Amino acid sequence: MADMTQPVLSVRGVGKTFPGVKALQGVDFDLAPGEIHALLGENGAGKSTLIKVITGVHPRDEGEVLLEGRVIAPEHPGEAQSLGISTVFQEVNLIPTLSVAENLMLERQVRRGGLIAWKQTAVQAREALKTLGLDIDVNRALGAYSVAVQQLVAIARAVSLDARVLILDEPTASLDSDEIQTLFRIMRELKAKGLGIIFVTHFLDQVYAVTDRITVLRNGRRVGTFVTAELDRVDLINQMLGRELAEVSAHRHRDGEQYRGLTHRIQVEGLGRKRMLNPVSLDLSGGEILGLAGLLGSGRTELSELIFGVHKADSGRVLLDGEPVSLRSPRHAIRAGVGLCPEDRKQDGIVAELSVRENIMLALQGRRGWLRPIPRGEQQALAEDMIAALGIATPDSEKPVGQLSGGNQQKVVLARWLVSKPVFLLLDEPTRGIDVGAHADIIQLIKTLCSEGLALLVASSELEEIVAFADRVAVMRDREKVSELSGDEITQNNIIEAIAQ
Amino acid sequence: MTSLHTQSGASAQRRIGLPRALMQRQWFAPLGALLLIIICMGLVSPGFLSIRVVDGHLYGSLIDVIHRGSSAALVAVGMAIVIGTRGIDLSVGSVIAISGAVMAVLISETDLPPWLIILAAVGSGVLCGLWNGVLVAYLEIQPIISTLILMVAGRGIAQMITGGQIVTFHGEFFEAIGSGYLLGIPWRVLIAAAVILLLWLTMRKTALGLFVEAVGGNARASRLAGIDSRGITLLAYVISGVCSAVAGIIIAADIRGADANNAGLWLELDAILAVVLGGAALMGGRFYLGATVIGVLIIQSLTTGILLSGLPSQYTLVVKAGVVLLVLLMQAPGFRRSMAAVLRRRQHED
Repeated sequence: MADMTQPVLSVRGVGKTFPGVKALQGVDFDLAPGEIHALLGENGAGKSTLIKVITGVHPRDEGEVLLEGRVIAPEHPGEAQSLGISTVFQEVNLIPTLSVAENLMLERQVRRGGLIAWKQTAVQAREALKTLGLDIDVNRALGAYSVAVQQLVAIARAVSLDARVLILDEPTASLDSDEIQTLFRIMRELKAKGLGIIFVTHFLDQVYAVTDRITVLRNGRRVGTFVTAELDRVDLINQMLGRELAEVSAHRHRDGEQYRGLTHRIQVEGLGRKRMLNPVSLDLSGGEILGLAGLLGSGRTELSELIFGVHKADSGRVLLDGEPVSLRSPRHAIRAGVGLCPEDRKQDGIVAELSVRENIMLALQGRRGWLRPIPRGEQQALAEDMIAALGIATPDSEKPVGQLSGGNQQKVVLARWLVSKPVFLLLDEPTRGIDVGAHADIIQLIKTLCSEGLALLVASSELEEIVAFADRVAVMRDREKVSELSGDEITQNNIIEAIAQ
Repeated sequence: MTSLHTQSGASAQRRIGLPRALMQRQWFAPLGALLLIIICMGLVSPGFLSIRVVDGHLYGSLIDVIHRGSSAALVAVGMAIVIGTRGIDLSVGSVIAISGAVMAVLISETDLPPWLIILAAVGSGVLCGLWNGVLVAYLEIQPIISTLILMVAGRGIAQMITGGQIVTFHGEFFEAIGSGYLLGIPWRVLIAAAVILLLWLTMRKTALGLFVEAVGGNARASRLAGIDSRGITLLAYVISGVCSAVAGIIIAADIRGADANNAGLWLELDAILAVVLGGAALMGGRFYLGATVIGVLIIQSLTTGILLSGLPSQYTLVVKAGVVLLVLLMQAPGFRRSMAAVLRRRQHED
């Protein structure tokens, strides 16, 4: 077995801290020659950070990386590549305006008398692609080809660089099943040549199809390394979602029925969009928390975004107290009393340059329109109330939000919705990537909001969290709702079973 | 190490003896630069600082700076708002030419009342702004390309309106705008000041300024917070179009004619420079109208001062370029980092 030999790449106790977040803590990782090793974990688990530390995108704060027994510290991916670690990133990082041959042979063109011999270069490029079963015109611009072909060109470039370690960061996201089979064939051939391959993906089928071992990361720590053949799917999901942690005892499951009719009632009827989400129906009332469980890519985020009008649904509708809600845009959803704390706080949540106060005011002011400004004094009071109520760590309300830590940024986005008083709040991964203290605060806050009569839909990949606060749980898999659990059915086991089926 | 650093920073401030709040105001640095330039100019050519009253009107180089700077200031505040949305408006010079052409042709060929002519000229600016705004906000073409189209085509449109001629006109009302005075202050300065004040009130006393900055800082997040990002972006270009059109009216009134080829030529560069001098980043998210006006005055003082100092006028452009370079370097994160590193090393050596 692979792990008997000396590892080609080994990571020892690596740690990496970003402002406010410990992205990696004491991570160990071994890659044997001739091994395909899956690196798994939910978003924010530390997969990308680990790869970036190995390839020199980020300097590591502690620990060491050894290549064939020698400590290396590349300062950028180019240096890592010249050492023998080639990486194919999720987003193709080639130059679309250059030809396929130029991309493939960049900085390694065949030279004659100091000049580039283009014909020879093209011949070599064509040969390199043939080994991948790709027969295309290498003189055309790379951008003229599909993303899948570009991905394969990126792989061809990576493996033609005399690599000893190949890192594939979600290479299959844009490939169809034939192309995936081609990729797997190539991976097996490279493996036979003694290359060590790190394979990052979130498709579990692919993990079982091609990998020898699996390393699971969660919250920046290594959960464990397993031989793929010896770990069944349910156990794997357990490891990824943190099942082994003590089950939270303080359940507060209630029968959602008792609240129905008392307050607002939200019905989602067959809401869907082609290639995004198969029609989903949900029903919840004020004072109720509906958990949304499922792995990455299961449709959790998509469902929230359709309800909020970020994307236009092509089927179904949302009713609030029996009245259809316009889903034309987030603005319409907000007017109807819906709010969304997005998953990607930096991209979709905060406006980094604006102050804490301005960020908190944004949705409320947006709803009032620009002609009815909230008086400065009122803004100040609201912002300071929220800073105190949520425990936002900031010296004052005028600090630019971009300078706060991740957890505090998340609280600011939450505060933005709280001041705009929605009746239905969607929280997509409210506790992702934030430190433990803020984590507990936010869970507490979710419970408080609920007791005040808000209807909450909370998508989370942390099962223990969902089990702790949800009254009911909708389980998503492959872009559809596969199961709904309520009351005593809500256990991590049941959720995992529903996901793994 | 870090604490040591802040301590030395604090003591440096105490030495200067200025309250921290004042130093942190956005207009503080540009205003300091402006005063420095005025003082330097005064030393080089002592006549620069003198202000006289002739025939009840104020005269002097400083008055001249404000007088000439008024049209550039109008353009620059419009530009500041567009840059606040993370955009840019290269077409301002062409809009000046178009509104001037509309005005000149209407004066010389029709008997329309002056207010209607002004309205038509401003209306041409609104149309230009709508064109830019639709391209940027709704068709999602990069701002620099979108406005480049009107920058190039606009002068052609202005030429078509004037029939390729320099159209001159006479009329008391319009001559007063160009060179008249009210209580000793030039009309054009009053007009510019009124428009800028109105704009400032609209931006800072309503929530519009916040929305502009939110959209410029993060358009996606703003949309998710319920702000009509596209509408706000469109509005910013319309405002810029109106500001340029008013500047076009002043410039045409000043020369009593419309010169489609040269009116407002290269003014977009001065305007962008003024916005940057005012401390706004071209990456959007913040804009400062007051500081932008100070930026215009800096540029105009440089231009006027260099002229007065007796240096050939071509030096104006080189010095302007030098200032642009300096300001951009100070804003470039890489340059700031390396400068900070050099300074730190110096401190350690001390």
